[in-house]
Amino acid sequence: MHPITTVHYLALSAALLLIGTVGVLTRRNIVVVLMSIELILNAVNINLVAFSHAFGADHVHGQVFAIFVIADAVAETAVALGILIALFRNKETVQADEIDLLKW
Amino acid sequence: MLIDTVFFYIFAAMTLLGAVLTITRRNPVHSAISLIVSLLGVAGLYLLQGAEFLFAAQIVLYVGGIMVLFLFVIMLVNLDAAAKEREFSGQWPVALAAVAAVAALAGWFLSRGKGAFQIAAPAYGAVVAGGAGNTERVADSLFQDYLLPFEIASILLLVAVVGSVIMAKKRI
Repeated sequence: MHPITTVHYLALSAALLLIGTVGVLTRRNIVVVLMSIELILNAVNINLVAFSHAFGADHVHGQVFAIFVIADAVAETAVALGILIALFRNKETVQADEIDLLKW
Repeated sequence: MLIDTVFFYIFAAMTLLGAVLTITRRNPVHSAISLIVSLLGVAGLYLLQGAEFLFAAQIVLYVGGIMVLFLFVIMLVNLDAAAKEREFSGQWPVALAAVAAVAALAGWFLSRGKGAFQIAAPAYGAVVAGGAGNTERVADSLFQDYLLPFEIASILLLVAVVGSVIMAKKRI
């Protein structure tokens, strides 16, 4: 068995990013689309922490960036779910392709 | 070293399986539970890389905070009707293009072999600071090097709280 290197983490991060992207593009339910966005942000965090680890245990700048990414993810989720509740009250739907007021 | 390898593959399998289940389950509650599995796998990967503070933050914030928010909203908006409808939208060509792009990238790296990854050595040596734990180093860096971004992030969170309350309120 080979030891785990940074490249393993990069491959895992790319796969997770891809799954998240496919989820955002193909699902109709907005709640699941938001969950896919969380997957994408987690893929970014894996990358940041992997590079932080590659530069030695003394080097924590990547981890600090990951903390900022988590804070942004929390803010994004809170606002998005607020919008979702307002949307459901007005349109009675949570399907992304049924919200097409701007389409003609 | 061997135990690290084994745990990496266990956590990687948790992460990827949870992610795939998240985007394929019809019921959003099942999706949320699968997302918890995936996020726990990511937390385990943080632990393997010596990022103990992020491990704790991931579990407390994501699994404890964001997931509860998701589940509340799923119960608040009535998704029973939505669960019976078509699950996927007609965006498969775009999704396939994304998959093809990443597959091409991975194939290119595989064909280049080991030489494709030349990660620079640390500029100032990988010396472990004497006795300071991961959380202490993160706090030092956060409150010295990144103090202004930290304050800006706190304002962002305040704006997000106010904004989400106004969005979800019936009458302001």
